[in-house]
Amino acid sequence: MIKRLLGSLFLLAMALPALAAFDVGQLMTDLAKNKGGKAKFVEKKYISLLDKPVVSTGEMSYSAPDRLEKRTLTPKVETLLLDKDILSIEREKQKLSINLANQPEALAFVDSIRGTLSGNRGALEKNYALYLSGNSDKWVLTLLPSDQKIAALVQRITVTGSKSLIRTIEYLQADGDRSVLNMEPIEGK
Amino acid sequence: MTRPAIRAFLIWLLAMLAGAVVVWNSHFSADMSFFLPARPSGEQQILVDQLKEGVVSRLLMVAIEGGDAAQRADISRRLRGQLGKMPEFVAVQNGEAGSLDADREFLFRHRYLLSPAVKPERFTVDGLKESIANSVDLLASPAGMMIKPLLPRDPTGEMIELLSGFGAGSQPNMQEGVWASRDGKRAMLLVQTRALGSDTDGQEQAIETIRGQFAEIARGTAFNNVKLQLSGPGLFAVKSRATIKSEVSRLSLISTLAIIAVLLFVYRSIRLMTLGLLPVVSGALAGIVAVSLAYGTVFGITVGFGSALIGEAVDYSIYYFVQSGRLGADEWRARFWPTVRLGVLTSVCGFAALLFSGFPGLAQLGLYSLSGVLTAALVTRFILPALAGNDHPIRDLSHLASPLRRGVTALQNLRWPILALAIIAATILIVDRHQLWHPNLSALSTISIEDSTTDMALRADIGAPDSRYMAVITAPDRESALQAAERAGQQLDTLTAKGIIGGYESPARFLPSLVMQASRRASLPNDEELQARLQTAQADSPLAASKLGGFLEDVAQARTQDGVSRETLTGTSLALAVDSLLQQGTDSWSVLLPLRPPPGDKGVDIAIKSVRAALAGSGALLIDMKFEFDRLYNDYLHEASVLSLAGFVAIVALLGITLRSARRLGAVLLPLLLAVILVVAGVHLAGEQLHLMHLIGMLLIVAVGSNYALFFDRAGNEAQLDPPTLASMAIANLTTAIGFGTLALSSVPVLHAVGITVGPGAVLALLLSAAFVPRETSA
Repeated sequence: MIKRLLGSLFLLAMALPALAAFDVGQLMTDLAKNKGGKAKFVEKKYISLLDKPVVSTGEMSYSAPDRLEKRTLTPKVETLLLDKDILSIEREKQKLSINLANQPEALAFVDSIRGTLSGNRGALEKNYALYLSGNSDKWVLTLLPSDQKIAALVQRITVTGSKSLIRTIEYLQADGDRSVLNMEPIEGK
Repeated sequence: MTRPAIRAFLIWLLAMLAGAVVVWNSHFSADMSFFLPARPSGEQQILVDQLKEGVVSRLLMVAIEGGDAAQRADISRRLRGQLGKMPEFVAVQNGEAGSLDADREFLFRHRYLLSPAVKPERFTVDGLKESIANSVDLLASPAGMMIKPLLPRDPTGEMIELLSGFGAGSQPNMQEGVWASRDGKRAMLLVQTRALGSDTDGQEQAIETIRGQFAEIARGTAFNNVKLQLSGPGLFAVKSRATIKSEVSRLSLISTLAIIAVLLFVYRSIRLMTLGLLPVVSGALAGIVAVSLAYGTVFGITVGFGSALIGEAVDYSIYYFVQSGRLGADEWRARFWPTVRLGVLTSVCGFAALLFSGFPGLAQLGLYSLSGVLTAALVTRFILPALAGNDHPIRDLSHLASPLRRGVTALQNLRWPILALAIIAATILIVDRHQLWHPNLSALSTISIEDSTTDMALRADIGAPDSRYMAVITAPDRESALQAAERAGQQLDTLTAKGIIGGYESPARFLPSLVMQASRRASLPNDEELQARLQTAQADSPLAASKLGGFLEDVAQARTQDGVSRETLTGTSLALAVDSLLQQGTDSWSVLLPLRPPPGDKGVDIAIKSVRAALAGSGALLIDMKFEFDRLYNDYLHEASVLSLAGFVAIVALLGITLRSARRLGAVLLPLLLAVILVVAGVHLAGEQLHLMHLIGMLLIVAVGSNYALFFDRAGNEAQLDPPTLASMAIANLTTAIGFGTLALSSVPVLHAVGITVGPGAVLALLLSAAFVPRETSA
């Protein structure tokens, strides 16, 4: 009896590495390999007030571990730059800089994308519970906020991708509105 | 006592009593009006008003240190809760959520009267189409989440228009929901007192209340390691006053005790010592009475100058007692009084020059010293002999004669070395002439470097305005003031768009003129018209007109609801902004439009010329506060130079007329000028930057030092220098040096500078006069 139990435990232990071939840790390792790149994006915002989604397009570029630039080209040119903890937004003639270090809620929000891009599990798990499904070629990572203050802003963040590339990020806001960001890498930069 | 003595004493007593009554009723002040111009120009008047009554002068910055962020935030909230209820405070801000709800609600409710974008074109089909499309675009941006809740009622984005004019970049950091310093180690609050900046008592009380409330809260919450830091003009005023108060008593005590000790040593008689102090007390009292009657207010620093006056005024009684001991009063009057009188007159010339200063502190010091010295001399001449009688056996000082003589001879042998030293000193001064002077008014300020560093740190943390540049408008009434502010605002908008300035504040932003409100209201179409236009405009938009019922309701309401008045603003922090920028004077209103430098490198100056050119004709006057301060100081410095020179010329003229000999005049002046050169070079080499009070000190070296030079001149004239005269001069010089020297200990720059120059200067004047006395005299 005891022998069999030990035997099955042994088998289970043998099987684990095979199963664990794709878990959050593995995904994070893959993502961390991505040192940067450029992508075109199309973002659709579904807002209950509007009859059809608002679409914006532009380019994103990322260089590991903490510089992210999002240049919206249509409908209005707007640049959003995240460099370490400084978030700057430039729109027409207005320029706004925010130091996120002093804005814990905004920082948690920003960390969801930055943590995913850089494969920083620690940063993600500080504010979110992580659920992963799929396999390395087609994975879906779901982030559920664990903090009440963040949950008041966003219900759920869903990231999909393949290997070390992120394909879509969907934010489901607390009021039911959502935005979907589709990314298409630009080859060879 | 003889009959004339009794009469003299009674007259003196009556005068003293009357003086005491005046002093008792005098108003003493230790505030900064000591430094503010007596005859301000238009620009300076604005500066003065701002310093005395401006809102900036009523702001106190409060920082909470220690503990963790949550504890600091907790205390910050409680402190705001407590202080906010108190009548002493007009406003208490800490960035707390909810604290700005009233502001936001006010702005939202009145957005159609406040938004500069509200014009007839905005509500045409095309205008609506464009502005609503803009708002929808904005939804796509990261800022979209903020505007989404507003969109159904405010599709044209008036609220965004209003908020974007605020200069959001200058908001303090937030931590745990309240304002925090940039390094995140302090929680910050901004408090506006009801007491004016010039009301030092009120400021002191407000500061004590803040400290008291903080201590109570810290005790209540048992957060033991939290500390309160506070800064602002009010604190500076309170601290300066405390410094001046303690210095005045400390310095007067030191110099009085030291001089009493000298007098006791010399006279060995309590009676003579008391009699000797009589002219001093009379002089000090007369000085305060004169200032009080002439200016209404007596500055603390003026009283502090009393220490020097004591040292100078006691000289006359020393001369009298020591010199008349052998000769008797009548003989003294005949032989010595003319010399003493001439010395008094030269001192008076020196002090009188200050009377004409536009720097009120200086004028007071002049009047105080002048009346003090004059009174002391008159009391010595007319009252003292009668009271003392002929019976004042002075201790025999003849044993001092031979060392003093030897000293004089030794000094005379040093003539050439002294001249060489003076030439070196003069050379140093000429070579270093560009580094001699302190460049601005802060040289005279009693604020410690530590305090001003704290102030700058807190100011940067909270983003409190430093209000260096302002456009100022004066108008007969509120409405025309606001209209003028709106006209100037148009010019400033253009400058902002060009990047010449970073932006500006205006009271008209929250309180538009009635004309402007009416024109904005007239831009709003009626309900049916707006509905029809909206239908057309939104036909192809993702935002259907049917979802914008709230917009129609709000526009309809805006067309009928009451306009914005100062009363509407009550309860919001915007009221504070408006009150600080729109002020009612005695018979006019003034508007301040503080300008921000363009963004970019910190501390950039504004291109004044372009702004002046743009504002020309709008009736707005551009003022650079820093420039005005510097100019004020330079005016003072220039004036002090002119007055010192005038005082010097008056002294020379007086001596010239009295002595009637170029050679004698030269002999009197040479040691004095050498003393000035040596002292100034010494102060410079000691690492002190000179400011205008050092300049005044130079004049006083001549005015005071001439007394000693004159005795040597008299002796030269009589071809003998008797031991009592020499001894009396040495003692009188010692007391003068003690009196002025004590001031050098002061941390109040005005007093220190005079002390450090005149103290050593007086001693040098005596020594050099001795060195340059004609040789046959001492032989």
